[in-house]
Amino acid sequence: MAKKSTGRAYNGHLPAKQGLYDPQFEHDSCGVGFVCDIKGRKSHDTVLKGILALEHLMHRGATGSDPDTGDGAGVLIQIPHGFFAKECRKEGIGLPPEGDYGAGIVFLPVDGKKRKACEDAVKRITEEEGLALLGWRDVPVDDSMIGKTARDTEPFIRQVFIGRPGSVPAGLAFERKLYVVRRRAEKDCYITGLSSRTICYKGLLKSTQLKGYFPDLNDENVTSAFALIHARYSTNTFPTWDLSQPFRFMAHNGEINTLRGNINWMAARQGLFKSGAFGSDMRKILPVIVPGGSDSAMIDNTLEMLVLSGRPLPHVMMMLIPEAWQGNNQIDEDRKHFYEYHACLMEPWDGPAAIAFTDGNLVGAILDRNGLRPARYVITKGGLVVMASEAGVLDIPAEEIAVNGRLQPGKMFLIDTVAGRIIEDSEIKAGMASSQPYGRWLEENMEKLSDLPFPHTYKVWHEKDLAAAQKAFGYSKEDLRRVIKPMAGDGNEPTGSMGDDTPLAVLSTRPRMLYDYFKQLFAQVTNPPIDPIREELVMTLNTYLGREKNLLEETPDHCHRLKVNNPILTNIDLEKIRGIRNRTFKTKTITTLFDASKGKAALKKALDRICKEASAAIKAGYTFIILSDRGVDEKHAALPALLACGAVHHHLIRTQARTRASIIIESGEPREVAHFALLFGYGADCINPYLAYETIEQMIRDKDLIIAFPDPELASSTARKNYIDAVNHGLLKILSKMGISTLQSYRGAQIFEAVGLDRHLIDKCFSGTVSRIEGIGLDEIAQEVIKRHAAAFTGLAASQAALPNGGLYQWRRDGESHLWNPESIAALQDAARNNDAAAYKRFSELINNQAGYLTTLRGMMKFTPSSAARPVPLDEVEPVSEILKRFVTGAMSFGSISRGAHETMALTMNRIGGRSNSGEGGEDPARYKPLPGGGSIRSATKQVASGRFGVTINYLANADELQIKIAQGAKPGEGGQLPGHKVSETIAKVRHSTPGVTLISPPPHHDIYSIEDLAQLIFDLKNANPRARISVKLVSEIGVGTIAAGVAKGHADMILISGGDGGTGASPLSSIKHAGVPWELGLSETHQTLVLNDLRSRVRLQTDGQLRTGRDVVIAAMLGAEEFGFATAALIVMGCVMLRHCHLNNCSVGVATQDEELGKRFAGKTEHLEAYFRFVAEEVRTIMSGLGVRKLDELVGRTELLDINTDILNWKSRKVDLSRILYKPEVPAHVKTRCSIKQDHGIDAILDLKLIEAAKPALEGKERVKASFDISNTDRTVGAMLSGEVARRYGDEGLPDGTVHYKFTGTAGQSFGAFLAKGVTLEVEGQANDYVGKGMSGGRVIVYPPGHAGFEPSENIIIGNTTFYGATSGEAYIRGVAGERFCIRNSGAYAVVEGVGDHGCEYMTGGRVFILGKTGRNFAAGMSGGIAYVYDEDRNFRSRCNMGMVAFEPLTGEDKAVIERLLSDHYKYTRSAKAKEVLDDIGNILKHIVKVMPVEYKRALEGRTMRKDVLFEEVSDG
Amino acid sequence: MADTKRFLKIKRETAPYRAVCERVKDYREVAVLRPDDKSQEQGSRCMDCGVPFCHWGCPVGNYIPEWNDLMFRGQWKKAVESLHATNNLPEITGRLCPALCEFSCVLGINDDPITIRENELAIIEHAFREGWIKPEPPKKRTGKKVAVIGSGPAGLACADQLNKAGHKVTVFEKDDKPGGILRYGIPDFKLDKSVIDRRIKIYKKEGIEFRTSTDVGADYKVSKLKKDFDAVCLTSGSRFPRDLKIPGRELKGVYFAMDYLIQSNRKTAGQKIPPAGMIDAKGRKVVVIGGGDTGSDCVGTAHRQGAACVVQIELLPQPPECRTKDCPWPRYPMLLKTSSSHHEGGERHWAVSTKEFKGEKGVVKKLSCVKVDIGKDDKGRMLIKDIPGTAFDIEADMVVLALGFIYPEKGLISQLGVELDPRGNVRADEHYLTSVKDVFAAGDMRRGQSLIVWAVSEGRRAAHSIDKYLMGSTRLPSL
Repeated sequence: MAKKSTGRAYNGHLPAKQGLYDPQFEHDSCGVGFVCDIKGRKSHDTVLKGILALEHLMHRGATGSDPDTGDGAGVLIQIPHGFFAKECRKEGIGLPPEGDYGAGIVFLPVDGKKRKACEDAVKRITEEEGLALLGWRDVPVDDSMIGKTARDTEPFIRQVFIGRPGSVPAGLAFERKLYVVRRRAEKDCYITGLSSRTICYKGLLKSTQLKGYFPDLNDENVTSAFALIHARYSTNTFPTWDLSQPFRFMAHNGEINTLRGNINWMAARQGLFKSGAFGSDMRKILPVIVPGGSDSAMIDNTLEMLVLSGRPLPHVMMMLIPEAWQGNNQIDEDRKHFYEYHACLMEPWDGPAAIAFTDGNLVGAILDRNGLRPARYVITKGGLVVMASEAGVLDIPAEEIAVNGRLQPGKMFLIDTVAGRIIEDSEIKAGMASSQPYGRWLEENMEKLSDLPFPHTYKVWHEKDLAAAQKAFGYSKEDLRRVIKPMAGDGNEPTGSMGDDTPLAVLSTRPRMLYDYFKQLFAQVTNPPIDPIREELVMTLNTYLGREKNLLEETPDHCHRLKVNNPILTNIDLEKIRGIRNRTFKTKTITTLFDASKGKAALKKALDRICKEASAAIKAGYTFIILSDRGVDEKHAALPALLACGAVHHHLIRTQARTRASIIIESGEPREVAHFALLFGYGADCINPYLAYETIEQMIRDKDLIIAFPDPELASSTARKNYIDAVNHGLLKILSKMGISTLQSYRGAQIFEAVGLDRHLIDKCFSGTVSRIEGIGLDEIAQEVIKRHAAAFTGLAASQAALPNGGLYQWRRDGESHLWNPESIAALQDAARNNDAAAYKRFSELINNQAGYLTTLRGMMKFTPSSAARPVPLDEVEPVSEILKRFVTGAMSFGSISRGAHETMALTMNRIGGRSNSGEGGEDPARYKPLPGGGSIRSATKQVASGRFGVTINYLANADELQIKIAQGAKPGEGGQLPGHKVSETIAKVRHSTPGVTLISPPPHHDIYSIEDLAQLIFDLKNANPRARISVKLVSEIGVGTIAAGVAKGHADMILISGGDGGTGASPLSSIKHAGVPWELGLSETHQTLVLNDLRSRVRLQTDGQLRTGRDVVIAAMLGAEEFGFATAALIVMGCVMLRHCHLNNCSVGVATQDEELGKRFAGKTEHLEAYFRFVAEEVRTIMSGLGVRKLDELVGRTELLDINTDILNWKSRKVDLSRILYKPEVPAHVKTRCSIKQDHGIDAILDLKLIEAAKPALEGKERVKASFDISNTDRTVGAMLSGEVARRYGDEGLPDGTVHYKFTGTAGQSFGAFLAKGVTLEVEGQANDYVGKGMSGGRVIVYPPGHAGFEPSENIIIGNTTFYGATSGEAYIRGVAGERFCIRNSGAYAVVEGVGDHGCEYMTGGRVFILGKTGRNFAAGMSGGIAYVYDEDRNFRSRCNMGMVAFEPLTGEDKAVIERLLSDHYKYTRSAKAKEVLDDIGNILKHIVKVMPVEYKRALEGRTMRKDVLFEEVSDG
Repeated sequence: MADTKRFLKIKRETAPYRAVCERVKDYREVAVLRPDDKSQEQGSRCMDCGVPFCHWGCPVGNYIPEWNDLMFRGQWKKAVESLHATNNLPEITGRLCPALCEFSCVLGINDDPITIRENELAIIEHAFREGWIKPEPPKKRTGKKVAVIGSGPAGLACADQLNKAGHKVTVFEKDDKPGGILRYGIPDFKLDKSVIDRRIKIYKKEGIEFRTSTDVGADYKVSKLKKDFDAVCLTSGSRFPRDLKIPGRELKGVYFAMDYLIQSNRKTAGQKIPPAGMIDAKGRKVVVIGGGDTGSDCVGTAHRQGAACVVQIELLPQPPECRTKDCPWPRYPMLLKTSSSHHEGGERHWAVSTKEFKGEKGVVKKLSCVKVDIGKDDKGRMLIKDIPGTAFDIEADMVVLALGFIYPEKGLISQLGVELDPRGNVRADEHYLTSVKDVFAAGDMRRGQSLIVWAVSEGRRAAHSIDKYLMGSTRLPSL
């Protein structure tokens, strides 16, 4: 959950929006769960158990700079009637019988007068609604233990009791009335809930404080059949009382990524709302979504409304968070019909979610389609259910456990406390699916585009002057060559390398496409991106066109929609729609052309005209509106399609007409994936890119595009299909970057930040989009269009009328300017190679003084020394050597760059006291030893990225800094792929993989789906190497500041804010250009947010992304950075001349290549690098001396020394406003604005200290050690610190097998056995949580249930999700079922388990896995190496296996030996009955064991050389 | 590129020259046009760099990676379109350009650069062969008239651009045929004159009017010029030769290189030269003073005329054969250039200062020379010192002074009254506008003696400014 916009009347606890800080971007994440008596027996014990479970989720919540203020905790229970009756008697309130009154807890102002006013308002409203206010009760609270921040904002808490009049029936009708009262009263105060069924106690508390704060909860009369609980982890430190959870119907752990769209669509739909249940009360409850809530609050608002209007609670949950049903062969037709029908009613609320919900009788939980939040449950024989984010929150004796389970992706778990039973997922859903004849309704009402008749009025359009049309729409030859060609040729995404060094669109003197003023947002930390290739089963682009109906009803007519599988329409598709006449379907084409000769005013008029025409069309009953720019000629220019689309979309939302028609864009403009994404993001339903199609045909004619079909018709349809495929593929990637699965949810979700657009324009066309530096408006946009149009219709002879060359991707002297150009590159190389200060000066001048080619935000700035400060002599400024310590080189893997380049950087940085970064991909342990002649080529910073390549305990132990790479500037939110042919012997060795086998980095870290997960990984790494500082690399985007606050609260020592323009070894061009924003924005936002949160003092900030000169460094410091990273500049010093060929392994100067021949050409020298860094540092000193500053520390955050340099602004950039970047928050003196305090990592009293103590004889003398310990879910990362000790002494080799053997009893916390070193065996009798054995490095993990367990081990969950992630070696024996993603990215471990969830063995590259039972779906997705054996008991495994990269093979003799060895060991270690059973019948069973063998791996093992084009040749990593 | 690693597999190969023994006997082009497939192969070495330094190094900004690729793929027509987009006379630069681009080729950092100049030539000659280079008159005429004075590369480029923009262009040429220095300054063995004629023919069909044998200022009044035309562009080059004012300069047998070359070219073109003015190296001992391109053209011409021996001397020391540290890639280095003429015979001497021409009967017989030492003074200025005891003589009965040109000829300039810069060239602002209304200047006339490719660049830029000047806006490229 996230995203809060404005403070509320009664508190205002979030700081107001200021500078770059915007409370809208607060995120939180949490522990969630419930305890429930299935039979509905109310007891105080159940309430206490709920609270106890909450306390055990404490580590999932967080605290800020004030350690006693929690982020929020609460419990939702049934109305404790007995208790209320007793208390009300004391207060003299006459309470009617249970069910005849509603109760609620109200947060009131502390000020007596204001409070009175609020109470009066509540009373007045209650009476106006025909109910009686029975009385108020002060809720006793004890705030002695809560933190200062919490106390400062503490409300006055009272309970209100409202009686049911005879005219209102009990139950739902009364609930509705109470809802109306609450909604009206909310304007004055916050009411946690007002219901005759449930009541919620919550507050700005730590989970351990809840019980103490509310003495009510300790009263044994407070009884309930369930307790729904929530502990909050907020990214900020100003969480508010009212945003704590549970809300009225639910508690949410997750984040709604599509929130902006969901809000807008809901608002648009309200125009059609009619409900018999609400009748005339309807208008009182609008808008349904209360502005200013968090995303969780908003989904609760929607859920509440839909339930109260009459749909059953599980039905609504299925509408809001549908499972992945399209293309799912595991669910039946009826259910698909249910989902498809409801897809016509509303879009999913998309994003990671574990939601616990209740209406007072039903209690349940649901997981999103990706299953990206953990939810474990236990059902006891006594009829109690405990569901929580972790296992082991309540200590339940094993013999009492009937079922040990986990909630699976898309599944629901429901308890009907009235009926007294658990309703299975399939039963609930079957019930809902059969509640109406959805299948018949669909069949009778839904139309499919593919079934529509071929249009008889089909008009063949051809541009009269194609080149002119292309120019008018801003095409360049580069668009053809670099963008369209790969798309139409092979269906590939255009790929490039290095970063973006061109001007921001708003700074450029050239006309730029409107699309260029937007940057894609992407998931970081608080929600994971998804893998659109390997996990495509959750994704869909299906679209339903036509008119929506009243959301509050269900009729057959509701699904009278046009279903479109592919939203990129061909010309024929479009003509089919244009010609449609079918029941209500009617299409209106509205032209978006305007008279270019009439100038800017004509564009504005046209914009208003199309909005009016759209409204009129809807009134006239049209259901499809085509916004068309066909017909551009000398006189007619086109409105930018995005402008037209956004304007109409928002106009229709404002007039509540949006859902009555679909918007189809027929435009010559869109051609790149980013264009399509923006159009969909701003409301387009379908897009017909006609000029792109025509361009493709032209390219085939001109032989610019060779399609291997001699028939021109066939060639062009193939090319068109390739192109559409590429767009779709790219769209899925952009959706998945934000963790969004369906285009339906992405549509209108506005997942973009505008950079350089003014607020009036935003309000008119892109309402709700963030735009922080203001910028151009309609006038300038019109100017851009008119300029392009004029250049298109020149009347010049054809030879001079060719398309412009471009220059956006490659430097061209008549193209867009690049800061890396021949002059600057040559000057830099001269400077570094010859240690030539004059050449450096020339270089820095070219970069720093951007007059005429303004490129960066910092380029717009100038220094404004404070009048008080005088220059200081240069020799009083701290020396170069001090400044060099703050310099680092960027993370570039050995793999993306050559050994020479990698080692030269390491040697240099170690020599000058800075740090080099290993990048992702491991490091050769030989580099850990100092060089014979002195110096060291060991990378001080070791990166931990999502692929975990080469991340062993030895790697971690040999670092001064461990850096968690959340995102990379050039391709945030995306995974990577190192194609097999690039995986050489050497690379395979350091990455612990097989030469020739493709290596895939998943988009997310599969152990970081949320902020508390990141805190866990930080904790893991700190354990593995307590001497290293832990850093987290984030990419600049709106909201990165609040994420950074969360990261700081997760105890990172340093946070790196990377600019969106940073480099890469390979990335889709659309990501290089369109994702992420400059570091100036992200860094300043982060600094400001951390200062406001008083977290800045605990964490250092680093920035990188196209830093080149001393001036860059000084500005970065002033915006908040203490450290500075250089990557591209360092490469250029070492010889890079920006070929931008890194992704081709073809670097002619030997920098970015693994080719041995080319590697010999590497000519970089440490002296050159050193000279460069010294020049930069010297420039820093010179500037400091001029500003009168002696120490760089004194520059940090000093934005008052910067101002905008108005002298160099151009026609667009003069509209830019930097005041928010240069804002300096005002804080009390005690709040430090740079790092001055060390983080408390909480490793001073952990279990591992005992383990290490006990292991002394082993560590010191390799003696065998055996011991036993108790363990609980709060003992996290057990074994990692011990393993670090082993690695520090014995390196990769570890200890002899079995030297240390520890046995644990109980429930192990997260990350049990992480990075477990060789020679250490950890055994658990009990169970374990998520991340067991992550990064296992040779150790052995054994988990089995207690001997007296009351359940069948082989059918019950015993370890959590994402286990043995990135393990490089070792063994695991798990007696029981594992959660999702077992052995993900395993590259060497051998593991046995008795069943796994979805995505088993995903991305695996080595090792062996034996699964003695069922698997979930999508097994072996992205598995390029290693072998899995699956005992296919039900002969149905194939349907659950992703065959994309693997094949089934017969077992060889060697396989059989391995299987038997694993089985007997499994039995030996765990006494598994299943293993015994199988062993006893091995002869028969072997034939049912499926061997899953990656195709490429097999080939590599057989020594055959790889064909280069195997699989997806998309992207290598960087 | 289909295979981005071709540069590793294919080595640089330049086109061959005709055999020395054969070529010294005629005036036909010494270079052999290589077959297209060879050019395609060489083009495939191009790496399509993210920052194409060649494109930067080229004064007209040729889209080198683009047309290398198009040619490699056999898309010759598109290649020539791309080539023509930046260069009006690729068949000239393709033959004669020193190819600054090749010195900034990224492959040149640690390998041999692409044969860019020859690829350019291959493309344009392919296009001519295919008949693709056809007159393409402008669709619309603006009604504006522009005079271009001088038909060298700057004038031709300027006229071509302005004509494309729809202006009525008249090119004035003092000589009997258009081409300027291309026609009579460069020997046929380096540039066959049919190459110029071929281009002029197209220009004429496109509507450019050539008025040859018209010395504006003399044959055509300046007042009329200003009346007849809306704008004038001066592109008459920099023809005033640098002299060597030492004792004996008045002796017979000492000629300026341009006088020598022009006459030889006229002879080759079949024109009659009056015997009195004939400069013929046949049987003579020839000394060429000046080590540049013009000097080497004189060497080649003298050999063809049957000189007894040819010696070329240069004041400066012999340049290095490969880059030195103070002129790193991608800059254009001063390197030892050995032209085709040098392969044909003769001697070259460096760091030689000529002190005196000595003659008999008013005719030169020898040169008194001394070796010099070139250093720098404390301000970094060049300092030339004679080395004592190194005096020597060179026998010569014909001396050619190829010492470069210092500024434009004065006639028309002074009549127009345009301001000059301190070096004596026509001063023009960044829009190529001179101090006189409606009068522009470009090429050597403005920037001083330079390369053909710079002249083309100047002509194009001037055309851009002139079009803008006349029309208020322009669609001609600014580069």
